[in-house]
Amino acid sequence: MSVIVFVEHDGGIIKKKNFEAVQYAAVIAQKTGATVTAVILGNIADAEIEKLGEYGAQKVLHVEDKRLDELHPRAYTSAILTAIEKENAKIIVALNDINGRAVAPRIAIKLKAGLLAGALTYPDLDKGFVIKKAVYAGKAFAYVNITSDAKVIMLMPNTFPLVKSEGKATIEKLAVNFGAKDFGIKVKEVSKVTGEVSLSDAALVVSGGRGMKGPENWYLIEDLAMELGAATACSRPVSDADWRPHHEHVGQTGGTIRPDLYIAVGISGAIQHLAGVNGSKTIVVINRDPEAPFFKAANYGVVGDAMEVLPRLTEAVKKFKLHK
Amino acid sequence: MKILVCISQVPDTSTKVVLKDNNTAIESNGVTYIINPYDEWYGLIRAIELKETGVASQIDLVTVGKANTEPVIRKALALGGDKAIRIDVESNDPYLTAVYIADYAKSENYDLILCGKESIDYNNGTVGSMLAELLDMDYIGFATGIQIEGTNAIVNREVEGGEETDTCNFPLVISCQKGVAEARIPNMRGIMAARTRPLNVVTPSAVEPVTSILSYELPPAKAGVKLVDPADMDQLVKLLHSEAKVI
Ligand SMILES: Cc1cc2nc3c(=O)[nH]c(=O)nc-3n(C[C@H](O)[C@H](O)[C@H](O)COP(=O)(O)OP(=O)(O)OC[C@H]3O[C@@H](n4cnc5c(N)ncnc54)[C@H](O)[C@@H]3O)c2cc1C
Repeated sequence: MSVIVFVEHDGGIIKKKNFEAVQYAAVIAQKTGATVTAVILGNIADAEIEKLGEYGAQKVLHVEDKRLDELHPRAYTSAILTAIEKENAKIIVALNDINGRAVAPRIAIKLKAGLLAGALTYPDLDKGFVIKKAVYAGKAFAYVNITSDAKVIMLMPNTFPLVKSEGKATIEKLAVNFGAKDFGIKVKEVSKVTGEVSLSDAALVVSGGRGMKGPENWYLIEDLAMELGAATACSRPVSDADWRPHHEHVGQTGGTIRPDLYIAVGISGAIQHLAGVNGSKTIVVINRDPEAPFFKAANYGVVGDAMEVLPRLTEAVKKFKLHK
Repeated sequence: MKILVCISQVPDTSTKVVLKDNNTAIESNGVTYIINPYDEWYGLIRAIELKETGVASQIDLVTVGKANTEPVIRKALALGGDKAIRIDVESNDPYLTAVYIADYAKSENYDLILCGKESIDYNNGTVGSMLAELLDMDYIGFATGIQIEGTNAIVNREVEGGEETDTCNFPLVISCQKGVAEARIPNMRGIMAARTRPLNVVTPSAVEPVTSILSYELPPAKAGVKLVDPADMDQLVKLLHSEAKVI
């Protein structure tokens, strides 16, 4: 028996969060006495695929079909199901991200499997198959028992730190009989901002609110983010006013993130905003109003004007990096 | 073109979560319920726009919930929609929710099914994709724009670090987020009209549960904020490095 983990890649490069998924699957396999088989789709070099072994994959099934470089949820589902049958897998691991959400739910239906979206813990097998997840965008947590025989788990990125090992994975090419409707979606145009750290899996995030006054001051946020290697985010009014692109908006009606460090600048800390970010391990709040509610949710606070504090902080980070 | 819009009732975003029954349930007393913002602001409004421009001929709304969800579905009808269907069962499992809706929808031949990116209570964001599988349809998630040309949908969607434009034939399920439409407020005429629009109650199909929620927990309280002198950002960096160990 094996645990199957679906591994995405970005133009032939495997990202950190995908190694996290493999490592997560490896721990479950160990707990349940199974092996780990990763499934990877599209154009990617064996040298890159081999890295999955370092995080616990014993075998990798690679479906070499260029069409899979684009997301085709039905084709991805066919490919992963082929792997599931071949490996006789009952536990499937994917990520709780855009592609994961397009594919894992389809697999859950096919397998009549209970699905858990946004896993924050390994399954507790003493109580059944119980996993913790955030609900109400992090205002509370639920302990969910997956009671079906087959199980699909979507791991929340940036939940478990990676530990590299010496492991090696064998790579097998997998042939898939795709269905007539598998490539019904045609991709016409892709526009990606390159070089930016993507928000959903960033370890460090610098975020700005209405206190930044206007888009012309955002270079202060970006300079700090660049120095830290952080992603940038914003509060909802900021994206509503088109100061920032809407995918940067975090909170109960935007993205939910759980970085190691969240620096909130000129954000008051409304309940809807906090909901999306209070899973962050460390929160720094920079606000000129000492009464701002965000300070109650913060680990570190700086009461001051963002326009003065931000350049100072960026300089301090620069200095720190030089002397490290 | 016939559209189905999925509507979920959720607690108002300003709700503070209170647990009860030994942490096995979330208190609903005193909670105000609203239409899930993604369903209302984006899915429903886009459907209404498509009808106003003559692209859609019929809009049905569906919700899975007991009688206490009727005020919310009536509010949705006040914004627009020809009729509503309430599947008479409470569900907090996306698998069951999807099966209930699909069992109703399969004989109705919808061309387009719109749902929100996720519901803001259980945050699964998986019902749309499950519906697509159950109904043998294509699925495009995280849409930021929807145009219709003939029997073809042109959909902008979020991808990691950017956007993509896809085209796809009907039938199709799309999950919607910001960009798909602009929020509206129901007007008096809509509210009056909603009263006379049919709200059909449907018995759910029988399906075995696949998950159960054992208990809930609130996040641990923060230990208290440590204030740092705004003139001394070296100190903050030092704390982040040696105390918080995040940089
Ligand atoms: C249904 C619903 C859903 C919502 N969903 C979300 C959501 O998902 N995400 C979200 O963020 N919001 C959401 N909101 C909005 C939320 O209630 C708040 O209005 C919003 O978060 C406030 O944004 P802000 O903190 O940027 O602005 P404000 O509340 O205006 O706060 C600005 C802060 O900047 C500080 N400031 C001003 N000048 C300076 C300066 N020079 N230096 C330092 N600090 C300064 C001020 O002291 C203040 O604390 C939602 C609201 C509703 C009703």
